[in-house]
Amino acid sequence: MSGANPNTPRSTVNRLSAENVTLAYDQRIIAEQLSVEIPDNSFTVIVGPNACGKSTLLRSLSRMLKPSRGRVLLDGQVIQSMPAKKVARTLGLLPQSAVAPDGITVADLVGRGRYPHQGLLRQWSAEDERVVQESMHRTGVAELAERYVDELSGGQRQRVWIAMALAQQTPLLLLDEPTTYLDIQHQIDVLDLCAELHETQGRTLVAVLHDLNHAARYATHLIALRGGRVVAEGAPNDIVTAELVEEVFGLRCQVIDDPETGTPLIVPAARKARTRTEAAAS
Amino acid sequence: MKTRSTSRAVRTPGGLSVRLDLRALIVVGLLLAAACAAGVALIGTGDAKIPASDVLRTLAGNGTAYQDFIVNELRLPRVLVGLLVGASLGLGGALFQSVSRNPLGSPDVLGLSQGSTAGALVVIVLMSGSATQVTLGALIGGLATGLAVYLLAWKQGVHGYRLVLVGIGVNAVMTAVNGYLLTKADLVDAARAVVWMTGSLNGRDWDQVWPLLAMGAALVPLVLVNARGLRMTEMGDDVSNALGVRVQRVRLVLVVSAVLLTAAATAAAGPVGFVALTAPQLARRLTRSPGPNLVPSLCMGAVLLVAADWASQRVFGADQLPVGVVTGVLGGGYLLWLLVAERRAGRI
Repeated sequence: MSGANPNTPRSTVNRLSAENVTLAYDQRIIAEQLSVEIPDNSFTVIVGPNACGKSTLLRSLSRMLKPSRGRVLLDGQVIQSMPAKKVARTLGLLPQSAVAPDGITVADLVGRGRYPHQGLLRQWSAEDERVVQESMHRTGVAELAERYVDELSGGQRQRVWIAMALAQQTPLLLLDEPTTYLDIQHQIDVLDLCAELHETQGRTLVAVLHDLNHAARYATHLIALRGGRVVAEGAPNDIVTAELVEEVFGLRCQVIDDPETGTPLIVPAARKARTRTEAAAS
Repeated sequence: MKTRSTSRAVRTPGGLSVRLDLRALIVVGLLLAAACAAGVALIGTGDAKIPASDVLRTLAGNGTAYQDFIVNELRLPRVLVGLLVGASLGLGGALFQSVSRNPLGSPDVLGLSQGSTAGALVVIVLMSGSATQVTLGALIGGLATGLAVYLLAWKQGVHGYRLVLVGIGVNAVMTAVNGYLLTKADLVDAARAVVWMTGSLNGRDWDQVWPLLAMGAALVPLVLVNARGLRMTEMGDDVSNALGVRVQRVRLVLVVSAVLLTAAATAAAGPVGFVALTAPQLARRLTRSPGPNLVPSLCMGAVLLVAADWASQRVFGADQLPVGVVTGVLGGGYLLWLLVAERRAGRI
């Protein structure tokens, strides 16, 4: 079940990968000897139970966390050895801890995504202006351009942050739990937006998601982590089974076809059914 | 505080572009004009009053010999020291407040002024040193305290609240050290120490102007080059890192610059209170622009200090009241207002 995605032959070199990385905060080791490849042009979703190391993996892929062993490669180079702005033109990250400065407008915040394309004597080109407008249109926040970020709803704010990351114009975009703290309709809204960006712009997206059903529906490539180790990876249709969910999350369930999309849909086992089988077993 | 962006881009056909904030430019222009006007008024103030027109003529080199002596030898250096000290404190305060993301994160609160004072008191009380040695002692005290705060607050980088809290702790320790040093002093030294501790521009001459000017000429361009990165760090370390800002390097360069500016200013004029705290906040309210507002804060600091010196001379007579008392009273009131406002907004 584990191993490479059959859709991505090993002969092609993917742009972003982690090779045998050991990830640790101070002395606390989160993952050891972890290897992950992000298939180019995929919408990769990393899932796993709390504290399985999924956000940590995302942080190392975006060079926020330096692996204590092993290396993260971007376009064949060790990511830490590359100039910061060059990485920022290739790989964008939307972290969970984004704070909008006091009294900043939407247009201003989205404009800050242009930083890696700017310099001391190239502070705001016509291209910057165009990309910012386009990013705001694409994420549906153009009409909010002159509003203050702190006046917006959670869903709108998340769209603004995604617009900022889009304005960075990176072929790779990493999102750390982009749907956390959002109502269900805004969660779907944000995920639809991600899927659209992936399909229409050919960007490679990597997201950490909590909701396994969202992951199975939207991902083209799924990486299931448990205890800092890859349990399975591949297309959701190929890998999501009741056994996998039990192995990764310790949850008994049925996997049925999503009536909307045909992707796997996880239905957790009911309490009663569980007690009945337990009774039968004893 | 609500702001609307008024920035415009100026572009050349060669692909160069500069982003200018019109409102901030106007504010800077007005503040510069106010600083010059306050400077001219301050030069004209004193036992020998000189009308502004005569001051300007004398500055241009066309005054009488008597006026030339009063203006260019006695009072101009004092005004220049005031402008430079105010500018350094304003810029240093803006940098600290932006790095700590906290309006209370100014050098006054972080213990830098107390550190400079400790350095000066050691020289005055224990060594009975000369004025130059006192200046040197204050400089060393300020730099050492700045270094100590930075190192104590370091844990995989320096972050806002830790910097403020460590600074408040260091401030308390240095205040205690200063109290102890004062009790050890004899009456003459103690009187000298207290005058120094209030912060004053009395008797400042060209010897104080040049080091401040050199420091500013070296540090202001360095700070401005890093200002764009500093603006980015306001969005949190992760976002700014992801955008290609070398966050900890930008922060180190700017904190060191801010410590140097503050220590030099304090060494020249004593710990003039609250300018570093208030100037950036006032500048921000005028420009209504998010971000560190470095240049407006610099100008605001210069205006505040020279205006406060002028006011103390007008109201209380020449050299009766050191400028630090005026800035302390005004700034202290402002600090109280800020605390109440922050509390109402639920931020503290």
